[in-house]
Amino acid sequence: MKNLVLRACLATSLCAATAAQAVEPVRIGFITTLSTPAGYLGEDSRDGFQLAIDQEDGKLGGVPVQLIVEDDGLQPAKAKQIADRMSLDGISLYTGVIFSNVLAAVINTATKDGFYVSNNTAPSTLAGEKCMANYFVGSYQNDTPHEMAGVAANELGYKKMVILAPNYQGGRDALAGFKRTFKGEVTEIYTKLNQLDFSVELARVRSLAPDAIFQFHPGGGGINFAKQYGGSGLSAQIPMVVPVFSMDERMLAAVGDVAKGTNIVTLWNPQSDNPANQAFVKAFSEKYKRAPTVYAAQTYDTARLIGAALKTSQGNLKDQAAFRAAMKNVKFDSIRGDFSFAQNQHPVIDWYLLQVQAGADGKLVEVPIRTLATRHVDSYAAQCAI
Amino acid sequence: MLLLEQILNGLQYSALLFLLASGLTLIFGIMGVINLAHGAFYMVGAFCAAYTAMATGSFWLGGLAALIGSACYGALIETSIMRRLYSRDHLDQVLATLAVVFFSNELLTLIFGRSPPAMPTPEWYSSFVQVLPGLMYPVSRLLFIAAGLLVAVGMWLLINHTRLGMLIRAGADDHEMVGALGVNIARLYTLVFVFGCALCGLAGFMAAPLLSVEIGMGEKILITTFVVIVVGGVGSVRGALVGALLIGMVDSLGRAYIPPLLDQLLPSETSGTLSAGLISASAYIVMALVLLVRPRGLLPARA
Repeated sequence: MKNLVLRACLATSLCAATAAQAVEPVRIGFITTLSTPAGYLGEDSRDGFQLAIDQEDGKLGGVPVQLIVEDDGLQPAKAKQIADRMSLDGISLYTGVIFSNVLAAVINTATKDGFYVSNNTAPSTLAGEKCMANYFVGSYQNDTPHEMAGVAANELGYKKMVILAPNYQGGRDALAGFKRTFKGEVTEIYTKLNQLDFSVELARVRSLAPDAIFQFHPGGGGINFAKQYGGSGLSAQIPMVVPVFSMDERMLAAVGDVAKGTNIVTLWNPQSDNPANQAFVKAFSEKYKRAPTVYAAQTYDTARLIGAALKTSQGNLKDQAAFRAAMKNVKFDSIRGDFSFAQNQHPVIDWYLLQVQAGADGKLVEVPIRTLATRHVDSYAAQCAI
Repeated sequence: MLLLEQILNGLQYSALLFLLASGLTLIFGIMGVINLAHGAFYMVGAFCAAYTAMATGSFWLGGLAALIGSACYGALIETSIMRRLYSRDHLDQVLATLAVVFFSNELLTLIFGRSPPAMPTPEWYSSFVQVLPGLMYPVSRLLFIAAGLLVAVGMWLLINHTRLGMLIRAGADDHEMVGALGVNIARLYTLVFVFGCALCGLAGFMAAPLLSVEIGMGEKILITTFVVIVVGGVGSVRGALVGALLIGMVDSLGRAYIPPLLDQLLPSETSGTLSAGLISASAYIVMALVLLVRPRGLLPARA
């Protein structure tokens, strides 16, 4: 009986609480990859987004929000089901997807009556002629890190390169992107997707004796590659250029000392003295007891981008034209410095080259070497006619 | 010289495959269980090795922890789950062992988190040995080949020259008769299963410095391991050795020589995609060819 009274009390007080909350929170569908070996990418993305919300006590841009996180398990079909269900529930703002094949399954549902703001992948298929009015990218266009790696190789004076990537769409795009900007001579080596041992390819690299190599193997494959590159003694002789997705902070920790000397092309410099960035790195490290990766950084930035647009539109997503305009002309303190959108609603940002070196305490640090591009517009922006 | 280096690389990959396949084939041959969870014990071994080596700073203690960790986890799974599956049909076994895979992945995520750890290694481990004039080869990979060789010899002695080995051979031939003769078959099963898991632990320890120690690392190699035991003949350790050598060599030499060869024969647009396709399929092509000629594998356990 006592129990019943208690429950009744609880129920009424809960009702009172909801009644007091005049504004209904904006619900954000966050479809991401939390299981499989790639699960840490989704974990860091989710934590980055949540940090931005927590810093405003449950709001983004002063508008109360509710984050609804779902794990797609890296399966496009599952992601589509989640998006369909969220759409039926009336959610009209989406983000979170890590992989481009998953995004392809989600994007039509998400943009039909709502908006998708990418915190990570942005394939070329959606960046050019087929760009979409309700699709914005807060991170980067997929080809750019590889194009920037080509620029970096030019500037570092490499003439002859061996370039390696797994044989799937993302890998082929990576090598094509690199070749678009690199001016020297290249030999391409395709590895198998999910390949474990790279000794054979490394022996070929040794016999080809290039000035440097470029490789794109995200996640576990990248850790395998870098460990074995160091173990074979090649890292001491032939420098390596990688996009940050082949050597993020967690991968660097897993590879250890043999990663020394790796040249990393990135859209985010963790050591940037930009105050927003300093505050982010400090807050993230304190809250989660680990250093943020690029995935956490660009998702945090995407959350604040959404926040700025919600503020302008006062949380109203029903008026699509108004929210679209708010996004297009968005102003916020990005942790990456100046931020604006190109014609195709992909970001115009700076790109950097970092190098892994041993710090004063012997621990590995990523030292900024140079800026590769300022206010860079991606290769597909001009083809978009929004 | 490059050819010799690539052959050593092939041997090293074969050694990894053999360590996993020999346990898997024994378990299948004797208990008749299709064990999809075999890769999970390899993962447990690698995690135990990496975290113990990080905590103690000792490479060899890491190895010991991998063997013990995998064996204990194997004993736990055998007594709680596997034991109930021996008399069930293959579909039940596949479902249950797949569940063990998911369970193990989540368990390790809860314990260790999602960041792959780095296995610390001693100085000598990352040095090089002159194998032949002009050919320096990493100690780490030679050690791997040596471990594979040692286990192969050890298994041969165990199976052909000990009482336990006799029971294992008898069990593979007719386990009902062995049971009828008064042998404690349940204990034999546990022993074989734990032994297979300890071999996985050894493989995990050897792989930890070379490969990414991550959740789901076992599934990545499990399919190739199954190809190895099918090629070698299910249930036969000799078959596992031959299968591992064949698949390891074909994969490595294929990756080394197919692309340059096709580049010379064909225009570069077609040769690139063709060689990539051939490389991905090489192990399966070998399996198909072997099964065409010898449907029960190269060296089947039962004649």
